[in-house]
Amino acid sequence: MSRQMTGADIVVQALKDQGVDTVFGYPGGAVLPIYDAIFQQNDIRHILVRHEQGATHAAEGYARSTGKPGVVIVTSGPGATNAVTGLTDALMDSIPMIVLSGQVPSFMIGSDAFQEADTVGITRPCTKHNWLVKDTEMLAETIHEAFHVATNGRPGPVLVDIPKDVQFASGNYISPAKADLGHYQPRVKGDKDAITALVELIEKAKKPVFYTGGGVINSGKGASQLLRELVKATNFPITSTLMGLGAYPASGDNWLGMLGMHGTYEANLAMHDCDLMICVGARFDDRITGRIDAFSPKSKKAHIDIDPSSINKVIHVDVPIIGDVGHVLEDLLKIWKSRGRKTKTADVKKWHAQIDQWRAVDCLAFKNSDKIIKPQYALQRLEALTKGMDRYITTEVGQHQMWAAQYLGFEEPNRWMTSGGLGTMGYGLPASVGTQIAHPDSLVINIAGEASWLMNMQEMGTAIQYRAPVKQFILNNERLGMVRQWQELLHGERYSHSWSEALPDFVKLAEAFGGKGIRCTDPADLDDAIMEMLNYDGPVIFDCRVEKHENCFPMIPSGKAHNEMLMGEEDTQGVIDSGGAVLV
Amino acid sequence: MNAVKLKKGASSFSAYDLKNFSGDTEETHTLAVLVDNEAGVLARVIGLFSGRGYNIESLTVAEVDHESNRSRITIVTTGTPSVIEQIKAQLSRMVPVYDVHDLTVEGPSVERELALFKVLGKGDKRLEALRTAEIFRARVVDSTLESFVFELTGTPEKIDAFAEMMQPLGLEEVARTGVAAIARGH
Ligand SMILES: Cc1ncc(C[n+]2csc(CCOP(=O)(O)OP(=O)(O)O)c2C)c(N)n1
Ligand SMILES: [Mg+2]
Repeated sequence: MSRQMTGADIVVQALKDQGVDTVFGYPGGAVLPIYDAIFQQNDIRHILVRHEQGATHAAEGYARSTGKPGVVIVTSGPGATNAVTGLTDALMDSIPMIVLSGQVPSFMIGSDAFQEADTVGITRPCTKHNWLVKDTEMLAETIHEAFHVATNGRPGPVLVDIPKDVQFASGNYISPAKADLGHYQPRVKGDKDAITALVELIEKAKKPVFYTGGGVINSGKGASQLLRELVKATNFPITSTLMGLGAYPASGDNWLGMLGMHGTYEANLAMHDCDLMICVGARFDDRITGRIDAFSPKSKKAHIDIDPSSINKVIHVDVPIIGDVGHVLEDLLKIWKSRGRKTKTADVKKWHAQIDQWRAVDCLAFKNSDKIIKPQYALQRLEALTKGMDRYITTEVGQHQMWAAQYLGFEEPNRWMTSGGLGTMGYGLPASVGTQIAHPDSLVINIAGEASWLMNMQEMGTAIQYRAPVKQFILNNERLGMVRQWQELLHGERYSHSWSEALPDFVKLAEAFGGKGIRCTDPADLDDAIMEMLNYDGPVIFDCRVEKHENCFPMIPSGKAHNEMLMGEEDTQGVIDSGGAVLV
Repeated sequence: MNAVKLKKGASSFSAYDLKNFSGDTEETHTLAVLVDNEAGVLARVIGLFSGRGYNIESLTVAEVDHESNRSRITIVTTGTPSVIEQIKAQLSRMVPVYDVHDLTVEGPSVERELALFKVLGKGDKRLEALRTAEIFRARVVDSTLESFVFELTGTPEKIDAFAEMMQPLGLEEVARTGVAAIARGH
């Protein structure tokens, strides 16, 4: 059905037809017609954030926790530039997101008009694709294409820049079914020969390991299901990147924990010593590989990825398989079963015995205290007290993020929202709001550092306004902890600007926003305080005062191999060498 | 356990792995990229190269099919074999890109570039310039009593050679189009 309507109405109609129920945004001069159209309908809920960066991270949280794309509306100029960090974050972590930005009227573009910015120019490198729509007749089709591009192939953020005159003018509306979506059609099926080659490697492997990532989660719940089936049937051990946590359950028998810079001893050594590495929807990021030339030297490597540019970018692989994880795993299982479900059972058993020895090292053990709350202990208690609940976790960026990945267990995909690729401080609070909006009855906790949390703390106002009962669990070490850790270990303990001298009173801050504040300083009070937080029906800021100088272990220093891990403080003791003063 | 002892303040550890392991030698490749002729498509391609640190030796672009609104971008680039593969993969996944052909590996191809040379001179030098132009089969497309503009079409090497010859003969200005390339046969 095609009909005439204004550009602003086309925007709203297109969003409805794309199945959008929620948008995150902030109004301004260049999007007023769209806001007018939003005002006159009830199908789409608009969440007024407090800063456009907050809108983008909220949309990311919404997208990651639902599997649907997140939608953002911002005005021209500063509205659009404020969205740049979120766009970049979504690009790095492959989060489907559609940003609709207002633009000055098309006849004023290029005149340095009020709140004019070259939005498509600025966002070109931080979107999967973007469009400037100069004609209302093209608007519906462009928005439909934007959804198509954001959600197909490797997901990512897109932006549609819409001049104000285009919003006012009338044009033809066309439905998604009628729209020409262009020629962007990435293939989802993997090459059968390549998959068969991987099956042959699986049949022969003595020390195999699955190395999985965010691609499994992006591929959908079915992909996680297939992965679980495959792991169970082969009995191969499995580890995951930060982005992939939850695709395989943390309580599963074959789970090694996270790998990489702050990964577990058993996961990293399994990666180093394996003879077959099956990379599923991960991308050999530098936080994962450590020293490239010492990365898993003895293994054959297979790589399943929907993005051909991820293959052989960092690490050369023997069996590249380009396709959607779900589709490829389905075919892989089929072929492997049809050939008799073979594995080297006895050898794999021996491999598990070796892994169990590494596991016995208990790399996440830490020295607890009955005087000061250790951050690891706080997370262990939070985990214990929320186990089995319908729970979503977001994080900020820093030590607390790594500890959360280490000490919390994820049983399902889409339950863990964190900024991996870009490492954006300020992600967690708005992401928790977006997640809570999508799951109003679930428990949503943001594991935060006090410094990160302050970066987008204005979004507490959004949480209050929409009665989003998010729990802000701040591991307050009064330090930029991760920076402090590197300065201690790598920069001669010169703590240049890595603490805040003037932190707010978080309890009063919570009250000022209209939420509840809880402070806990004594390990003996922790359980009760956490329960108080969980039982409060509304947003809470939990100021958990933790040990200020705790370091995050294990740690693979950059430029080191997986088998050269720092396991704890003992490994870092020693005098500062005289050369340490002459820093590079 | 294989843990390393990291001394506090050790300066040999960095946040990033500073060693570069791409030891392979660089190759030159000519790529033909078919794209939608839409606003910003050239900026996108160029942005990819500058953003990821790839080289552009030469780049030409023009619409080649008005009906289907397609342009052809010819890029001459250098890089190690793995970088060349990355460039092709990165180009291929861009939304407005239809097709990427590596003319250097996909069989024989022809490469041509057009250049205009302004040469100033009188007397012997002027005669010598004209003689050299004849040898290179360059055409005179403009002349005054004290200047010529030559037009030359050929491989980039031929154009380089001609420029070198003209240097002592009063070469004032050169304009080059960059390389257009196409596979041979069918
Ligand atoms: C926007 C941004 N700026 C700077 C950094 C660099 N950075 C990484 S972690 C960190 C410290 C974070 O401190 P906090 O949030 O208190 O977490 P902690 O490490 O103490 O747990 C900094 C400054 C970053 N990741 N993001
Ligand atoms: Mg901190």
